[in-house]
Amino acid sequence: MVTLRNRSGSGYAGTSVVTEKGLQEAVQRADRWASLSGQDPLIDYSSLEMNSLKADYKSRVDKSWDSSTLDEKIKLLMTINHKLKCDDRIVDWSAGLTRVETEILYSNSAGANIEQSFVFLMPSIRVFANEGGETIRRSFVDRCHQGGLEILAQTQFHDRANVLAAEAIHLLQSDNCPSTSCDLILAPDQMMLQIHESIGHPLELDRILGDERNYAGTSFVTLDMLGSYQYGSELLNVTFDPTVSGELASYAADDEGTKARREYLIKDGILKRPIGGKTSQHRADISGVACTRASSWNRPPIDRMANINVETGQSTLEELISSVENGVLMETNLSWSIDDSRNKFQFGCEKGQLIQDGKLTDLVKNPGYRGVSSNFWRNLKGVSDSRSSDTYGTPYCGKGEPNQIIRVGHGSPYCLFSEIEVFGGDK
Amino acid sequence: MSATAQTYFNELADYITTQIKVNEKFTCWLSGESSDFVRINQSKIRQAGHIRQDVFSVDLIVGKKHAEASFRLTEDLETDRRKLLDILQSLRQTNDILPEDPHLLIAEEVNSSENVRSENLATSSNAMDSILSLSEGLDLVGIFAQGELYRAFANSFGQRNWYSSSNFNFDWSVYSHGDKAVKCSYAGVEWNEATLAAKLEDAKKLIPLMNHEPKVIQPGKYRAFLAPAAVNELMSLLCWGGFSRKAQETKQSPLYRLMTGEESLSEKISICENIADGIAPNFGPQGFIKSPTVPLIQKGKFTQALCSARTAKEYGGEHHGASGSESPDALELAAGQLDQTKILEELDTGLYISNLWYLNYSDRMACRMTGMTRFASLWVEDGTVQAPLSVMRFDESMYRALGKNLIDLTNEQEIMLDPGTYFERSSSSSKVPGALIKDMNFAL
Repeated sequence: MVTLRNRSGSGYAGTSVVTEKGLQEAVQRADRWASLSGQDPLIDYSSLEMNSLKADYKSRVDKSWDSSTLDEKIKLLMTINHKLKCDDRIVDWSAGLTRVETEILYSNSAGANIEQSFVFLMPSIRVFANEGGETIRRSFVDRCHQGGLEILAQTQFHDRANVLAAEAIHLLQSDNCPSTSCDLILAPDQMMLQIHESIGHPLELDRILGDERNYAGTSFVTLDMLGSYQYGSELLNVTFDPTVSGELASYAADDEGTKARREYLIKDGILKRPIGGKTSQHRADISGVACTRASSWNRPPIDRMANINVETGQSTLEELISSVENGVLMETNLSWSIDDSRNKFQFGCEKGQLIQDGKLTDLVKNPGYRGVSSNFWRNLKGVSDSRSSDTYGTPYCGKGEPNQIIRVGHGSPYCLFSEIEVFGGDK
Repeated sequence: MSATAQTYFNELADYITTQIKVNEKFTCWLSGESSDFVRINQSKIRQAGHIRQDVFSVDLIVGKKHAEASFRLTEDLETDRRKLLDILQSLRQTNDILPEDPHLLIAEEVNSSENVRSENLATSSNAMDSILSLSEGLDLVGIFAQGELYRAFANSFGQRNWYSSSNFNFDWSVYSHGDKAVKCSYAGVEWNEATLAAKLEDAKKLIPLMNHEPKVIQPGKYRAFLAPAAVNELMSLLCWGGFSRKAQETKQSPLYRLMTGEESLSEKISICENIADGIAPNFGPQGFIKSPTVPLIQKGKFTQALCSARTAKEYGGEHHGASGSESPDALELAAGQLDQTKILEELDTGLYISNLWYLNYSDRMACRMTGMTRFASLWVEDGTVQAPLSVMRFDESMYRALGKNLIDLTNEQEIMLDPGTYFERSSSSSKVPGALIKDMNFAL
């Protein structure tokens, strides 16, 4: 992709035709769009300096993909499949390994030169159990990281099948999650979705500036909230951190050539800064983060989450659970929906477990909860420590016109929320 | 462009034919586009550009083993041929290791076709001149996409299919303030400035209403009219596994209880896959020709699921040439009897929902969906629009909403061309009416 600036305007052209003729045609197209957009610009690019950063980046890989043959990988997946099909009630099952290598070279007329080489590994297991008209899913799909096959051991990939299949069958026989208002503990593999939808997206500066209003939506966050808004309880600390080794959205620089740095988005519950890259910062005249990214060469860069992590707290998981008189622990996202201002949400999980008088008791199926972002985080009353914290990632964050999906990472401890509306399935 | 791209594709397919061994077969697929994308915010250009991409995939088959690879064409024949040779060699090595695929079904019957739709498009810059001048003074935000799409298939049996179409899709909304806006679209194959001007005028007329104090309603059950765009959102979510034969066989379909007869829908609900009336190509990456029309639900009863060749091989029966996801590309929900001109009168008091947003299943097996109202959704009393609605979350089983609680569907359907552009511009479409529903559950 080539992006050209022509006085106030900017235009881009991406092409797979990387011949001299193809590139010339791309430059001409980009120039035409730069001229047209500069006639009455939304953004005055003539006053926006380009970065001149020189940097490089490589994903750390301890055990390369080729350290195991394709035959060995297939046998591993088949072994997991055999373990998953442990009962007649298991009606569908699968295991997979996806590896992606990506090279990004960014250079510009200001002298920037950034070479980044990424290796992503995305293991997955899914199992479905059925009885009558009820089907339950258990899965292991969001442990996506940068790195090599060492991730399989780190995430106990080989040992997941028996547990997931057994839980799916157990949940089939369980009651639905009760409909009530109670304490709620979210495991890290559900917190990733909670962070993503009700902190990450509403803090995107291009949403706040209105770019996404026709598609992904606007935000309940406004510019005047920055620096003072009580986003959550004082236990809430959230960082934008593309520097965490191995997390899915780590990098040295974004696709505008801005150096990646760790920054607090929310500190002690107070909103500090938005997720806005150089262009958005220029538009809003505020500071932001290195987050302008494109999904590939065929889409222009926009404001994106990188790794958005909830920082760990002081409690052990056991202490969180023992503090709950009546509540539910929910794990593994299954369903997600939130309004276009990123406020009213409703999320569902694969697995629920009741907590009574400080102890985990029965499993419950089809657990869900709903709330409003602007209140929800203020009900945060417990955050577990690093021993029960974990990092997750997904390659499927959708946004933008034209549409693009991108990889994001989310690390989180277990979190306890008070007075949350929870519910179960229809039957 | 089409003729050149078609010739180039056929040259590559012919080249593969000369390079495969006696015991090998192949299929190949081209998905390409040359598209302008102009993003607009506050009636000004936010990002503008052009994407040219040709993704070529080849599946090398030896007996019941096969392996596939994709790459982007450079349009330099020697470069692309060298790349193909490397890929074929790599696929051979992979096939040596892979186990047999018991569900592989190959399109051995030759069904060649050519479908070239030449259109009268304005240039993108002229269309943008119209959009920017007509929207002056408004807060318009959205995306204008235009250009040529092409899809092609070839295999070692000599089948050749070509589809190309040029169209535009302007997906936009006009904002009054905050989250209050009127959502519109203008898509087609022949650009007409007068049509756009009329649509903008219609939107402008609604803006003063959007400025009214919004009506805040409490969670509960309400009578609601869902405009075709909102019904289309329900159908889009249903397409996520709802009509899939594989999902039926593995008991994951949200319509599984309809399939078993445990649940039913209103007799007013008839749904079919209508490729014949859509804009998508009638062939897919495996070379199977899609059935022109497949009845899925008739008068509230499950008829059949969409079936791909692979699923047919696994579970038996006939396939419809459906894609691997077995999701409709041209869904049609039959019209009802509700007079389009008497919607507010029939709604009486309740919610006029122009658009729904971010739907998902809150209990998949109960076909219970949740989602949000969006854009110009309105509160209506005694058949008169009173105010815009503060956004509300519905949480409702379709066995109720499109079952015993469905009052009627409108007597007119709306054709919608999918504005989706993930990876590439979509060629899906749908044709649906509006729906009047009683006791629709709103939870938050």
